[in-house]
Amino acid sequence: MTMIDRLLHQGAFLPVLTVVASLIVIWYAGAVYLNSTQLIDRYQKKGVDWDISRLAQDAWKMERPVLPAPHQVGVELKKTVLDKRVTSKRSLVYHAGITLSSSLLGFALGTLLGIALAIGIVYVTTLDRSLMPWIIASQTVPILALAPMIIVVLGSIGITGLFPKSVISMYLCFFPVVVGMVKGLRSPEPILIDQMRTYSASSAQVFFKLRLPASIPFLFASLKVAIALSVVGAIVAELPTGGQGGLGARLLTGSYYGQITMIWSALIVASVVSALLVTVVGRLERIALRKLNGGQAVAV
Amino acid sequence: MTQTVHTGSAVVHTANLSLEFNTDDGPVHALSNIDLDIAPGEFISLIGPSGCGKTTLLRVIADLETHTGGEIEVNGVSPREARESRAYGYVFQAPALYPWRTVRRNVMLPLEIMGVSRQEREARCAQYLDLVNLDGFEKKYPWQLSGGMQQRVSIARALSVEPELLLMDEPFGALDEITRDHLNQQLLELWRKTGKTVVFVTHSIPEAVFLSSRVVVMSPRPGRVIDDISCNLPRERALDIRETPEFLEIAHRVREGLKAGHSYDDD
Repeated sequence: MTMIDRLLHQGAFLPVLTVVASLIVIWYAGAVYLNSTQLIDRYQKKGVDWDISRLAQDAWKMERPVLPAPHQVGVELKKTVLDKRVTSKRSLVYHAGITLSSSLLGFALGTLLGIALAIGIVYVTTLDRSLMPWIIASQTVPILALAPMIIVVLGSIGITGLFPKSVISMYLCFFPVVVGMVKGLRSPEPILIDQMRTYSASSAQVFFKLRLPASIPFLFASLKVAIALSVVGAIVAELPTGGQGGLGARLLTGSYYGQITMIWSALIVASVVSALLVTVVGRLERIALRKLNGGQAVAV
Repeated sequence: MTQTVHTGSAVVHTANLSLEFNTDDGPVHALSNIDLDIAPGEFISLIGPSGCGKTTLLRVIADLETHTGGEIEVNGVSPREARESRAYGYVFQAPALYPWRTVRRNVMLPLEIMGVSRQEREARCAQYLDLVNLDGFEKKYPWQLSGGMQQRVSIARALSVEPELLLMDEPFGALDEITRDHLNQQLLELWRKTGKTVVFVTHSIPEAVFLSSRVVVMSPRPGRVIDDISCNLPRERALDIRETPEFLEIAHRVREGLKAGHSYDDD
């Protein structure tokens, strides 16, 4: 089998390629459609004769398009990702770095908070009854409304910079972790709990030797959701703090100045960052689950 | 209901023991008026149809359930105290092994919990894996073993605690007959060598008669003892003892007891 054959016939390569190709085709068509009103208006004012191929060509190279064509975003990405020094404020890598650091801090804090709350819920009956409704209620508040208030409140007591943004990531992250960990800590079968009782094991021993290891698969399922949410949280947090940088700030700047291409580039970088983070967590999950199953390969 | 009892040297002593579960359909008499004394070194089988309370009785002895009436003592103290002093080893229906621990570390689990020194843990692990013929499998993980081997690991784990009393809840119920026969012989050999007291729950008549020095026949609704049969077969027995008239006679008596206590036809 040749290399190409193998690529075509194995794994997800062909399906993924097909989806990407279709999306690009739809994107180009969409760019023509969405930019056409503006262009046709202009043609009519100038009395230009036009046909569909001219319309398409013009639609794909507009300076202020409603929807930029993929190659225009590509050019913008090359300019802001590859050509600029990463320390420059015009580099998307610089901004992605800012967003990434507050996502990661928020993710870490959210995971710790989620695990702590889950332990409380599993071990303390009162918390089990009282905490869960509040945790669910916390997630029904639109984060977009809450974010500016958190920034303002924390800012007024002198906390600025990375931490307030991380708090918003944490706010989104802890929820899936609580839900997953509560289920995970309760996942050992009754027979294993009974067995621990026959050993007269202490609560701490049951926790560390049984409940915690048993919860790992549930924890990782939650972490994959949480890590993606942490990026969303960081970007949302950067919208009200516009000046300080980050992908959220780029989105805001782009919409201020009508730089739609800038918005799209920032969006693409944001999704690449999320995808990379989810992939990293996925890899760690595979390693952890393999260990947890005594070296047996596991489907994730 | 409370009366002074003189337990003597009984490993397990119950008097008028009963247990009621409260369910939505009213109380269920899981155990009713159980009087049972188990002497050291006995191999007792509790046999009966499902719902007769045989497992429940074992769980009361192990302090996994609490009785609601009558008395029970394990080694002369309450089941709770006996459990806390780690007086027994318990083998469950399923092997209940931890998938993330090797065979060796599974056997060591109770010893870690009980704070046994590392050196002693290693020694006992080797000793009891050898006893169940699993030496050489220390580094395997549970998924790499057959069902019968997994159950042997769980027996080694229960033995590693070195309890005088072994409680076994249908340990071979999920295994095929050939494996079961083989493990029965191994268990019998083990009992002969160690002289432990064994309480063994089963619903197989040949298994009960083959293994036991005494068979206790139980019946459901309410869970009670309806016959208590001594098996004075020689302690050293081979599988073909199951074809001898003595064996068949005891098996017959157990079957008659089960039939008499069977209330399904009356419902």
